[in-house]
Amino acid sequence: MSDITPGLWELLIKGLWVTVQLTVYSAALGGVVALVIGLARTHRLWIVRFLSGAYFEIFRGTSALVFMFLVFFALPIGFGWQLVPMWAAVLAMGLTYGAYGSEIVRGAVAAVSPAQREAGIALSFTPAQSLRKIILPQAWPEMIPPLNNLLIELLKGTALVSILGVGDISFGAQLVRNATGQSAPVYTVVLVMYFVLAFVLTRGMRVLERQAKAGIGQAPPKRRKFSLRQTNDVAASGASAGSGGA
Amino acid sequence: MQWDWSAVSEFMPFFWDGVIVTLQALALSVIVAFALGLVWAMAQRSPLKVVSWPVTAITEFIRNTPLLVQLFFLYYVLPEWGITFSALTTGVIGLGLHYSTYTAEVYRAGIDGVPVGQWEAATALSLPRSRTWIAVILPQAIRRVVPALGNYVVAMLKDSPLIATIGVLEMLGEARQFGSITFQMVEPLVVVGIAFIVIAYPASLLLRALERRLVR
Repeated sequence: MSDITPGLWELLIKGLWVTVQLTVYSAALGGVVALVIGLARTHRLWIVRFLSGAYFEIFRGTSALVFMFLVFFALPIGFGWQLVPMWAAVLAMGLTYGAYGSEIVRGAVAAVSPAQREAGIALSFTPAQSLRKIILPQAWPEMIPPLNNLLIELLKGTALVSILGVGDISFGAQLVRNATGQSAPVYTVVLVMYFVLAFVLTRGMRVLERQAKAGIGQAPPKRRKFSLRQTNDVAASGASAGSGGA
Repeated sequence: MQWDWSAVSEFMPFFWDGVIVTLQALALSVIVAFALGLVWAMAQRSPLKVVSWPVTAITEFIRNTPLLVQLFFLYYVLPEWGITFSALTTGVIGLGLHYSTYTAEVYRAGIDGVPVGQWEAATALSLPRSRTWIAVILPQAIRRVVPALGNYVVAMLKDSPLIATIGVLEMLGEARQFGSITFQMVEPLVVVGIAFIVIAYPASLLLRALERRLVR
């Protein structure tokens, strides 16, 4: 531990900041993708459902790392688009994790009771109105716990970008390892940093969940001690799993 | 740019080598993940706090930190402690250990799903603890979590290219190597990308069918 000089610590802290940025930007892009694709998968036109379903299956089937390599190497050669590494990473992560998120959005929207939709029709709401005022407010609290899990997967996924030369924590760890010639201290520090980030994210999402549940008049859920994740029951893990990619 | 089919055909022999290594690594790490996960799940239920508490803490830590960093940790730190494995073995241990913390949650859910009456029946028959687990609880618990476990096999398949970063020549590793020698990166990457979909999509269809049959 003592071998990591202040300069090297600075490197790790800079990496931490890059990881936070990557997580926030990819989560923002992923959130938009998840909402659009998730809603498109419940659309009444079959062609919209088919296209969004194909998007989901392709991104769910392929490996995040392979896709990232494609964005980094194939886009510049294939189309002459040379993205800044940071944004290429955000694009790759946002599209991949957005696909996983679309399944969460779809499931939560489908779980809203049909009587609520019918109420919207009875009040002659437009589809957009009933989505905004009836469906989404009720689906949102259901989405938060699985989205929290996905967000942690996304955070873990950001480590992949270090392979492609983006200077995140994992990249900083490599540099520090080369400088000090020791692996155990720096990798322990970095793992703890990721864990703390995941912990902070979870706390934030719990607050969101409590507010969202209170907003529709539900009590906050009970949880196991220690656990950062939503405890999946069998049915939930059946639906949400297959979404590794970290 | 020009799509170069000759690059594809030149890459194919390396690709098949990579497929074999990927499937090998996958099979071995699945065994590690399934076995270790069961151990974690049972240890977490232990009445002894000194067993259940550290196991819970360790699995939470492993599950919430990146597999990539864990692989580097194993690959660089274990030799410093005098333990040396081949890259493939390190990769299998890393991947298996990481996903064992996920399968532990799946097993846990399955075990929790076994009705309390089953435990009580075992007690009433004064079965020893080991037989209660092996003959009564686990057969019922595992049956209902098979589809969820299968999902993690697909997830592990998609995370298997990570072991290319510690020098295992699986599919992505072969593609990178081919690309760095011939400067044709796009064709091998696209081949590998398609290969993942070709393997993962039928697998997930199979799992959905299995889920319909087993979980009622």
